[in-house]
Amino acid sequence: MFALTVLAQGPNEAELEARAKDVGHMLRCVVCQNQSIEESDASLAEDMRRLVRSRLKNGDTDAEVIDFMRERYGDYVLLKPPVQRNTYILWFAPFGIALLGGVWFVVSARRKHTAETVAPLSEDERQILDGILHSKE
Amino acid sequence: MIRRFAPLLVFAGLLAAFGFGLMRDDPRILESAMIDKPMPAFSLPSLYEPDVMLTEALFKGQVSLLNIFGSWCVACVQEHPTLMEISKSGAVPIIGVDWRDTREAGMRWLERYQDPYDQVIFDEGSLLAIDLGITGAPESFLIGKDGRIRYKHVGIITPKLWREEIKPLVDMLNAETES
Repeated sequence: MFALTVLAQGPNEAELEARAKDVGHMLRCVVCQNQSIEESDASLAEDMRRLVRSRLKNGDTDAEVIDFMRERYGDYVLLKPPVQRNTYILWFAPFGIALLGGVWFVVSARRKHTAETVAPLSEDERQILDGILHSKE
Repeated sequence: MIRRFAPLLVFAGLLAAFGFGLMRDDPRILESAMIDKPMPAFSLPSLYEPDVMLTEALFKGQVSLLNIFGSWCVACVQEHPTLMEISKSGAVPIIGVDWRDTREAGMRWLERYQDPYDQVIFDEGSLLAIDLGITGAPESFLIGKDGRIRYKHVGIITPKLWREEIKPLVDMLNAETES
């Protein structure tokens, strides 16, 4: 049944629909915060889906459709934030924190290690210690 | 001493950061990406006359206030008296965009509450709405004489907002010479 409908639409239509879905999954529904326009039931998302399809049909590339939305709604409309100056913290802070944690771990482990391997008493020290211990008796 | 209080300091720091984040402006309000851009090109019918096509030419040569509304929009009813006042004062022409509505419902709404608009664009399929980066109704834009978008407000125009923010901007834009 599904194959039949795809066949009836022709390969081109099916391909367009697949592209529209890909693009739609990358665009945020601006009314519902954290859903893509493909997943959302909001009426504005519905209109955006239709707009995506009509632009693709008129020969826009996927990137052009996304840029069109981005020009109107800003970076917010992208579900995956782009790597750019104002998102460096977002993208790289986790790696930075992991690195810092690693450094801290190594440093503190090494400190503990040196604390454990205290140099043994020298002969002089042992004699002095003996002297102290025996003098008590 | 410092060592003992370090976790407490970190905790206090986090608390401050989260608290600050919570106090911020409403995160649902998007900063418009459209400020200083020209009014998008469009060709949509007038609400009252389906055969008359309205275009971005409406916004050339005069400062205008564009207001998105719909008969389904509850907040628009609340905003409406202020728009009537603005309309009566003649300070700035108001262009309405009847968004995601049916013609009948839109016209009935304007008949019932009175029509503050100089022109009403009928945008059934969100074509202009998406082009303007709209997320809901009501939303309003101020457009300069050169057809560039200069200001956006998400939500109701209150008398206070009109007096303190929008009216001074209208006066400023009116004082600008057309480029």
